[in-house]
Amino acid sequence: MKTNKKKNYVGVLSSVFAIVIGLLVGLVVLLLCNPSQALPGFVTILTGALTHGMKGVGQVFYYATPIILTGLSVGFAFKTGVFNIGTPGQFLVGAFGAVYVGILWDKLGGVHWVVALLASVIMGALWGLIPGILKAYFNVNVVISCIMMNYIGLFAVNWTVKSYKPLFNTMRNESKNVAATAQIPKMGLDKLFPGSSVNGGILIAILVVILIYILLNKTTFGYELKAVGYSPDAGKYAGINEKRNIIASMLIAGAIAGLGGGLLYLAGTGKHIEIKDVLGSEGFTGISVALLGLSHPVGVLFSGIFIAYLTAGGFYLQLFEFSTEIIDIIVAVIIYFSAFALIVRTLMGRLKEKKQKKDGGREA
Amino acid sequence: MNIIYFIFQQTMLFTIPLMIVALGGMFSERSGVVNIALEGIMIMGAFVSILFLNLTGGKMSGQLQLLLAIVISMVTGAVFSLTHAYAAINMKADQTISGTALNMFAPAFAIFVARVIQGVQQIQFNNTFRIESVPVLGKIPVLGPLLFQNTYITTYIGIGILVLSTVVLYKTRFGLRLRACGEHPQAADAAGINVYRMQYAGVVISGALGGLGGLVFVVPTSTNFNADVAGYGFLAIAVLIFGQWKPVKILGASLFFGLMKTIAAAYSGIPFLAGLGIPSYLYKMIPYIATMVVLMFTSKNSQAPRASGVPYDKGQR
Repeated sequence: MKTNKKKNYVGVLSSVFAIVIGLLVGLVVLLLCNPSQALPGFVTILTGALTHGMKGVGQVFYYATPIILTGLSVGFAFKTGVFNIGTPGQFLVGAFGAVYVGILWDKLGGVHWVVALLASVIMGALWGLIPGILKAYFNVNVVISCIMMNYIGLFAVNWTVKSYKPLFNTMRNESKNVAATAQIPKMGLDKLFPGSSVNGGILIAILVVILIYILLNKTTFGYELKAVGYSPDAGKYAGINEKRNIIASMLIAGAIAGLGGGLLYLAGTGKHIEIKDVLGSEGFTGISVALLGLSHPVGVLFSGIFIAYLTAGGFYLQLFEFSTEIIDIIVAVIIYFSAFALIVRTLMGRLKEKKQKKDGGREA
Repeated sequence: MNIIYFIFQQTMLFTIPLMIVALGGMFSERSGVVNIALEGIMIMGAFVSILFLNLTGGKMSGQLQLLLAIVISMVTGAVFSLTHAYAAINMKADQTISGTALNMFAPAFAIFVARVIQGVQQIQFNNTFRIESVPVLGKIPVLGPLLFQNTYITTYIGIGILVLSTVVLYKTRFGLRLRACGEHPQAADAAGINVYRMQYAGVVISGALGGLGGLVFVVPTSTNFNADVAGYGFLAIAVLIFGQWKPVKILGASLFFGLMKTIAAAYSGIPFLAGLGIPSYLYKMIPYIATMVVLMFTSKNSQAPRASGVPYDKGQR
């Protein structure tokens, strides 16, 4: 238990170290481009999200909701030893499930949005299940089948939306509006953050984070999943059914990412499935969120909010004629340096050694 | 007959970049370093070399300009991949993480710099590189139209890279050592091979080929570059695994993909296929579905380099 805590502590410290370096690189890039505007621009990155007070905070939560879930999907799969790069596809088919139910099943009344969200979970789970089964029974590399599923999902969704009249808005080349009953209720958050797009989705996302935390840390099933993740051979030796495990973990990961899609597209903020042959960014951002959050559910929650916070601040950068891509550059550098956990660990080790020597000297 | 020539010529335009990038990935993985950053490296290589095409547009044209751009794309890719090599080899970082970081960095950097330099993110260039017909060779019946008409110099460079890669990997001391590092670095080290140096070589070669692949992908298919290579870097990883980390099989896998892509892009111009009335989206999905089906039957005994993705630690037993 104690070592576990220590490991988390070192992990958090290395994340902080990575964030500081990432922000410094961002500052240097701004200075190189336009020295006179660099400082105000940099301050905007750090505080821009708060420009409009509580409304701004609400927007941060709104942006954070989908990427917390895609991040949780990737992070959960990482813990069980799988690299789920299929989140963009799972996210999109999840969104499709939600939009389909949201538009067509409009007689459901009060439970409409719940059913629509369930549809997104099921669709996402299905999209995760296929790579899981292919790995378990045919030994197909998960990374490659996930990449394939991304594109299959993209084209299948575009095809269905475009060719099925009740779903398609020909004028704008995107899906129609979902019914008002399918929109996720505000759950009181509109009073807390007036004027922002935040809704009950963030609460659902937090709930899922807690559920996954309990699953991974407090149940036998979760323990088995993690055991296989740490060492497949040891897991096998201990009698854990690894076929069942890989299928279950991809199923759950897909379901989480699918829910993320459902939450974004049912938010009632004018988000539609656009007919473009390009995968959305939320899924790929999930990989960054998971890596920065050390794949830990709670870490993912905070890193999702952090990245959303930077993104929200980035919008105001245009005032200083910097393009918002600087945020992606900063996040990329943060991710890169968070891979260097080892440096921090060695540095900490050295510090500790020194301290011990000092203490030892005093005693003697 | 014309239609077959057309399909073949188009197929080459899709196949060659995929093959070049997948071969790059092969060098990296065979040395023991997973390079998931190929997408980002392609974007970086394409960005700098196409910026060069754009800036020299009025002063230069034709094959010399393209050759210079090729050199630039390879150098850019190699330099950019050094960051991945440093993280993966020196820092023993998780190779997925640093690869993801590079993938994220490249498009953001390309858009940001393009905006700073010229105001908009798309970089225009004049395509003066298409070869209508290669002198003499283009006149050969059948083979001429297949291989030497309506083509790009990059196609032959790609084929050259394939031949060279096969020879280097299987017939040279360097190739043997590289493969040893990917299979069992401890044994390679014990035999006196500098594992770190070999892995650096593997990653830098993959960077050079990845950067080149980016340029080769963009030049024939577009007249501007928008910080995007349409997921070809990820597809190249799929081709690499599909091709079982072997050069000739990689050629086969990329031909398969190239042909499927061509059919998806140009089926309406192919009388036989246009007559079938199959929706275009199905054609777009077929390459991906087919890959999964083929993998179901071929993955049972995967031949991935055994130490690929595991940071090499000298002190480890």
